[in-house]
Order: sequence, then structure tokens, then C-alpha cells
Amino acid sequence: MRSQAVDHIALLPLYAAAGTAILALLVDLFVARRTAIVVSTLAGALTTAAAALVVGTWDATFCTTGGCSWIPTQPAAVAAALFAALTAGVLGLSAPALREGAVPVGEFCFLLACSMTGGVTVAYAGDLLTLIVGLETLTLPLYILVGLRRYVPFARPSIRPAEASLTFFLVSVISTAVALLGLALVFAATGVVHLSRLAPAPAPFTALGGVGAALLVIGLAFKVAAVPLHAWAPATYDGAPIPIAAYLSTASKLGGILALAAVAARLDTGAVLSALAVLTMTVGNLVALRQTRMVRLLAWSSIAQAGYILAALAMGAPGVPAALSYAVFFVILELIAFGVVAALRPAGRVAREAVALAAPTPTDTDGGTLNDYRGLAHQHRWLGAAMIVALSGLAGLPPGLAGLFAKVTVVGALIAEGWTWLAVIVVINAVIALAYYVRVGALLYTYPRSPGIPVVDPALLYDITHPRFPVPRPLTATLLITAAAAILLGFAPQLLFNAFS
Amino acid sequence: MYRDYLEPSWGLPQALLIALLAVPLLGAAVVALFPAARDRQARLVATGFATVTFLLTLAPAFSSRGEGWFAYGGRSTVPLLPWVEVDLDWVPSLGLDLHLGIDGISYPLIVLTGLLTALCCAYTVKKVPDGGSGRTLAALLLVLEVGVLGTFLALDLILFFLFFEVVLLPMYAVIAGWGGLARRAAARKFVLYTLAGSVLLLLGVLIVVTGAGTGDLVTLTGAAELSRNTQYAVFALLAVAFAIKAPLWPLHTWLPDAHTEAPTVGSVILAGVLLKMGTYGLIRVGVGVAPLGAAWAAPALGVLAVVAIIAGALICLRQTELKRLIAYSSVGHMGFVLLGIATLSVTGIQAALLGNVAHGLITGLLFFLAGTIKDRTGTGSLNQLSGLRETAPRLAGLVGFAAVASLGLPGLAGFWGEAFAVVAAVQRGGPLWTTLAVIAAIGGALTAAYFLRLLRRLTHGLPTPSVTSAPAGISGIEWLAWAPLVLLTLAVGVAPALIIGDTLQPLTTLLGVAR
Repeated sequence: MRSQAVDHIALLPLYAAAGTAILALLVDLFVARRTAIVVSTLAGALTTAAAALVVGTWDATFCTTGGCSWIPTQPAAVAAALFAALTAGVLGLSAPALREGAVPVGEFCFLLACSMTGGVTVAYAGDLLTLIVGLETLTLPLYILVGLRRYVPFARPSIRPAEASLTFFLVSVISTAVALLGLALVFAATGVVHLSRLAPAPAPFTALGGVGAALLVIGLAFKVAAVPLHAWAPATYDGAPIPIAAYLSTASKLGGILALAAVAARLDTGAVLSALAVLTMTVGNLVALRQTRMVRLLAWSSIAQAGYILAALAMGAPGVPAALSYAVFFVILELIAFGVVAALRPAGRVAREAVALAAPTPTDTDGGTLNDYRGLAHQHRWLGAAMIVALSGLAGLPPGLAGLFAKVTVVGALIAEGWTWLAVIVVINAVIALAYYVRVGALLYTYPRSPGIPVVDPALLYDITHPRFPVPRPLTATLLITAAAAILLGFAPQLLFNAFS
Repeated sequence: MYRDYLEPSWGLPQALLIALLAVPLLGAAVVALFPAARDRQARLVATGFATVTFLLTLAPAFSSRGEGWFAYGGRSTVPLLPWVEVDLDWVPSLGLDLHLGIDGISYPLIVLTGLLTALCCAYTVKKVPDGGSGRTLAALLLVLEVGVLGTFLALDLILFFLFFEVVLLPMYAVIAGWGGLARRAAARKFVLYTLAGSVLLLLGVLIVVTGAGTGDLVTLTGAAELSRNTQYAVFALLAVAFAIKAPLWPLHTWLPDAHTEAPTVGSVILAGVLLKMGTYGLIRVGVGVAPLGAAWAAPALGVLAVVAIIAGALICLRQTELKRLIAYSSVGHMGFVLLGIATLSVTGIQAALLGNVAHGLITGLLFFLAGTIKDRTGTGSLNQLSGLRETAPRLAGLVGFAAVASLGLPGLAGFWGEAFAVVAAVQRGGPLWTTLAVIAAIGGALTAAYFLRLLRRLTHGLPTPSVTSAPAGISGIEWLAWAPLVLLTLAVGVAPALIIGDTLQPLTTLLGVAR
């Protein structure tokens, strides 16, 4: 057996990502200062993004007869850079929590960087095994991150994070087992694992290959929380710290979508995926209508959004560019939404406010209920505006032009490929979804009802009873950059389409 | 083909088209950034931007139009030739071009939009409805103007859809933020209904773009690029989409609530220009792109239009809420417009265009007046309003003028659209269309009946306490906002050629296949 030639330049993004994790660990060990750890992790994530973009399209490496396992293409580089950027963004969102000591800094940064490494691997993977290993590396640190938290004074300690973590862990492990079984069956039927040679199984093994492909898709569908494999998502998002919920809903979901795209483009999975898509968007939107907690609502909406992406993937290879473009628009908008939630619900302030109001029980410092957000846009005009961009984008309407183009891309691709019935279901769902996006958006601008007393100027009363609180600078910076990206892509979506064509 | 000869060079007209969208957008951004302490200045600035936009809309009338009849190539009809146009690439992957243009069909509506937005912005300088800050309302009005102007200017299907969507959330915000007591439910109903319409539009537009390989309306108009069955499907989708927006009975149920709850300026913009997006879309996109589908669906459309006329009139006869009555009268007026379109004749569509503009002017005025009455007396119920002419003769006179114009008195703007819609239906001939014409004419008589009933209850009789206690005078800014509408109602009534002067050639192109 001869050894494989390894092209280290092709692996540069991976080295940068893994190096970031090690750097975080070492800085924690030797410097042990919060700022140093966070800044070095941030620098590492940005280096990873830069490395991915600079290397761009390069020679594939880890090649054997029949295929390569590491394929730097233009879409892969964009996806890897996006993983790194999302990691940096989530780090920015976590800055206040890290300062308050709600999370141990070194461990947090190390685990986040590990997860990023998994994401980079998924982006470049050239065979099914690397793909699943990457996906597991992406998910594994998240089991811990979901449950990893301490409580600020007067916050109510609860077992929800632990529950969330355990649910997520169990469901994920089972889904991986299902995906591996599918992979084994596909390998048995076709004898290939490399994506470049993957194709529906030949004659005597067609059924076996079909079952394998279906199992593989089902296993991966857990990662994107497709209905009926979605039950873990709302509980996990709501139990996790808000930045980690943001990461689950963006980077982790993007990983699942990339993996599904790799499979759906090559195997015949239209039937399974279209069934999953219809269920996912319809159930996701209908249940989201009834939610009263902010993070749960965002979780259900993100389930529904995954349905639109699955609809594009159901078309097979022609749908992949549309699905990936939609996914990029979606993760950017979703990061803004979670960023605004994190900015409006700083744990320390929520707890202090509860103390000030002499609340009888310790308060809940998570995303909170929808009512907790009533009128907050009057205090924070820019946060309100950012949330409007995010929600309208998720609903696919201007001023969230990025979301509008995402919707047009998917529906256009469905019609062009003759899947008009699925396009009809997608647009009906867009109408249902608007009902709850509008509700949240309007709530941000509604003054709370004052109990029993007629008020001449509700705005004045509101300003007095709700003192302004500052938004931490890293959070502001993250939101500004993300919103700028969303607006840029809204006016020049061609940049993105070029990257994935 | 002909475009090679007419490749528009980049010049003043092109810059003008871009400026028509850029000025209000810039205005909205500037106004929204004003600090709270300078609310009044912000509203004045908004009025300034809206006025500049209005003046810009007047400019194309003086540009050299009708570049000649270049009918090169094998096409049987004269191609659609906009007076001015600009065509830039935007998103090639989606086939989306920033292709804007003005021709005789869209021009009157563009001027109407510019005018009404400027008047509404001026109106907010004096009176901001309760609910939110005046500068935000003014900024939203400017954003609405961008969306409406964009819809009328767009010569690319996907661009048309995009601008069609732009108005959705701002209008929701206007109703939900500054509306009456039941504003939330009304605003939600409005936004969900209209989004349902616009997703159907999205499907229709994308089916056309996929089938024809282009979204360019100049290429698509009047040319049979699509197969018969595709045209049927596309027209069905588009007709429902635009019927929701217009609105056409039985898809009109969002309209009365939205109008009743919306603030005065919201009602004016909604009735004056937003509804026109539906009828304009039906003419430009529905009939233009799917002529066979239009011919196929015309009888159904005609029947529904006539039902709308009768239903609107009958409901109005029983209505006791002032704004609701005017809202339902819109259903009837839009019924006449749609009847005109359904005849698919040049006369009918000219009548529809006239009816569009006349309805925008007259109903805009009516909503201004109704809003003022409601603000001053604190009620919109006809049971509590009477004898307005005793205490506020000028206001009562204006209401009388607007009501008489709306019921279609010859010599005022409302007459031409309704009369010629009926004439076009008679000309179309055959038992169905003759019957429709007769019923529509009866509907016209009913319109007169309910407006006269409105006048009798509102202006005549003894003043009720709420009317007596209301201030009577009309302020300068109110005259400023209403006078142009009154004058234009008279002007269009006397010289309808102002509106339809340059529509013959584009309409012949549009109907080239259908006839």
C-alpha cells in the first residue's frame, strides 16, 4: 500500500480552524485572561475564513483510485468561510455572557473552535465518511456547549439546559447511527463512498441502494430538524444560551444542509426529501403560530425555513445552488434575529430588574416570553430596525430584500424544474409564516398596556418605567457587520449566486 | 430586433427614471433619521422630497415621445415603445433587469401617485394621527411611493413583482401604527390577504419567465411566446392576484376593514394609488403577457365585475359608517374599471384607465373629507352626523362636490370611466355583454342613490350635538391638500384626453393578439 500525497495548501483552512482550537486551549492555560482568549479565538476564526477564501479553488487531495476526500472548490471555500464567520459572529454574541462569567471562557472558545473545524471539514468533504466525521465534529462540542452555563445572581437555576443537552445528545447519536447504517447500505449496493462517483445503485441492488439513500437522508435530516425528526430542536434551542441557540440554528443547520446537498445531488432521494419538505414547512409554520416564547418561536420558524431548503434539495442536483443560496441568506438573517434577542435580553440586566421589581421568584434569564419584548424597539431604535430587517427577510418581503431573493430563487428553481406543486406549497407557507413574523415585529413597537390607569402619553410613561440599557460593544459590532452583509446581499444577490453557480 | 436601433443611450431621461425612485427613497431615509425633537421639521422635509418627486413625475410629459414606428422584424404588431426607458442588469441569475419605462398607460398613474403622496405628506405637517411619531409616518408614505412608482415604472416582470411587494409591510405599519381602535386585526387581515395575492403573482411571474425565457415586458407584450395552456394558467393566477389587490368581489373583504381603521392619509394612499396597482397589473401584465388567457377568462371577469358593482352599491345603501361606505363604494367603482378591462377593447381599457385616475382623485378627496369629519366630530357613524351644511357649509359643499363627482355626474371625472365601460360592453355585443352592460348601468343608478342618501343624512337635516360642537373652518393646509384634487376632478371631467391622449398605440399593441 502506498501512502497518499497530501497537499498542505489545500488543507490550509482546516489547519487554521484546528489551530484556533489549540490556540484557545493554550492561551487559556498560559495567559488565562478572558480578553486574550476571546481575541485569539476571534483572530483564529477570521484567519480560517481568510485562508478558505485565499486558497479558493485548489487541487483536490487525499486521493485514491476513484476519488478524492478533500476537494477545495469555490462553493466549498465560500461555505467554509461562512462557517468561520458564523463562529466569529457567535463569539461576538457571547461576549456579554462571557464577561458576566455565565460560561467558562477557555472551554467555551475551545469547543466553539472545534465545532468550526467540523464545519470546515463538512464544506470540503469529498466522500461520505469524511462528511459524517465532519458533521460529528461539528455537533459533538455542541452537546456540551448547550448545557455549559453558570447562573448570574438572582437568575433562576433550572435543569432545562441539562435536559436540552441530553435530548440533543441522544437524538443526535441515534440520527448518526441511522445515517451510518444508510451509508453502509449505500456502500454495499454501489461499492463507492466518494461523492464524485456516487450514483444510484445498479440493477440487482437498486432497492438496497434506495433504502440506504433514504436512511442516509433521514439520518441527516435530524441535523436540520426536519419534521417528523424535529422534536429536539425547540427544547434544545430554548434551553441553550442564546448565542449557542444562534449557532445551532445557523452553523449546525448549514452543516446538515451541505451534507444533504451532497447526497441529494447524486442519489435519487426526491420522494423522501419532498415528503420531508412538505411536512417540515407546514408543521413548522403552523406550530410557530401558537408559540409564546421568543426562542421557541424562532426555533419553529427555523424548522419551517429548513423545509423550503429541503424543497429545493428534493429536485436533486439542479436544486443544489438554489438550496445553498437560500441557506446563506437564511443563516445571515437568523444570526441577526438571535443577535437582537441576545442584545435585548442581557442576563445580568434581566436578573437585576427582577431584583428591583422585588419579583417573588428568581427570574428566567433566557429568551423569555414574547410579552417581554413589548415596546423594546422604542428604546433601541436600531435593534428594532435590525429585527425588522431579519423578520421581514425571513418572511421574504422587502425591506428584507435578501429574503425576497431567497424565496424567488427557490420558487423559480422549483417551477423551472417542473415541481410546480411543491412551489405552490412553498408560497402558501410563506403566507402562513407572515402571520407570526408580523406579530413579533408589531409587538416590538407596541406600548405595554398600563393596568387600569388611562395614560395621556404612553411613550413618556414607558420611557420612565423602562430605563435604557446599553448594548455591549462586541454585540453591536456583530450586529452591524451581519446587517451590513444582509443589506449588501439584498441589493447585490448576484455576488452569492456567482459563488454557488 | 428593434431594440438594436433604439438602444437607449444614458442620458437625462434615464437619470430621471432612476431619480423617480431614488428621491423618495433617500427622502424616507433622511426623514427617518431626524431626531424626535425635530418632528415637525422632519415632516416638512418629507413634504419637500415628495414635492420634488411630484415635479419629477411631470417632466416626462415634455420629453420627446414616440420615437417613431420602428416595427422591424417579423412581428405583426407594433412593439411596445416606452417614451423613456432605462435597462440595467441587476441579478442575471434570476433574469432580473432594472428595466424601467414610461408610456401612455402608466404615465397618468405615475403623476397621480406623485401628486397624492405629496398632498398626504403636506397633510401630515398639520395633523399627525395618534399612535406614533409623525416623521415615521411621513417616511413610510415615501417608502410606499417608491413601491407604487416602481410598480408602475417596471418593465421587467420580476422587478414588477419586487415593487409590488415593497408596499406590503409599510402599509401594514401605517394601519397598525396610526389606525383606529380595531387597527391590529384590520392590518393583519390586509397584510395576509395581500400577501396571498402577491405569492400567486410570484407563481404566475415565474411561470412566465420560465416558459418564455425572459421577464422583459417589452418582449413579452402582445407576442405569443407562451403556449395556450400556459397562458390560461398564468392568467388565472395573475387575475386572482390582481383581483385581491384591486379588489374584485368576492375577494374584497379586507378592504372595508383596512379603510375604516387606517388613518386618513393611509386611506387616501390605499384607495388612491394602492388599489390601482391591481388594475394596472391586470392591464399591463395580465392582458399584456397572457392575451389568450385574458380572452378565455374575460366573460367570468365581466360577470364578477358586474356583481361587484351591484354588491358594492347594495351594501352602501345599508351602510351607516362613513369611511366604510366610501370603502364599499370603491368596490363598486373598481367593478366598473374591471368591466372595462374585461371587454378587452381599446374603448374599454381606456375607460378603465380613466376610471382608475378618476377614482384615485375623487375617492382620495372623499377620504380626506371623511377623515376630517371623523377627526372633528369624533364619530363616523351617519346616525350621529347630520346637518353639516348648517354648521360647516364649506366642508359640506366639498363633500357634496366629491359625492356628486363619485356618482358619475357628466362633466366631472367619474363620468367617463363608468359610462364608457358600459359603452364598451355594449359594443362588445352578444347577449352576455349586453346583459352585463344593462346591469352595470343599473348599478350606476344605485351608486347615485346611495351617494344622495349619504348627502341627505350627512349634510341635510338638523345638526346633531357632535356636528355642532365640531370646528367649522378649513385651514390653509387643508385647502392646499384638497384644492388640487377638486381642480383635477374638474379638469379630467372636461378633458378626458388628458388621461387617455397617448394610450391608443400602447393599447393596440397590448391587445394585438386578443382582438
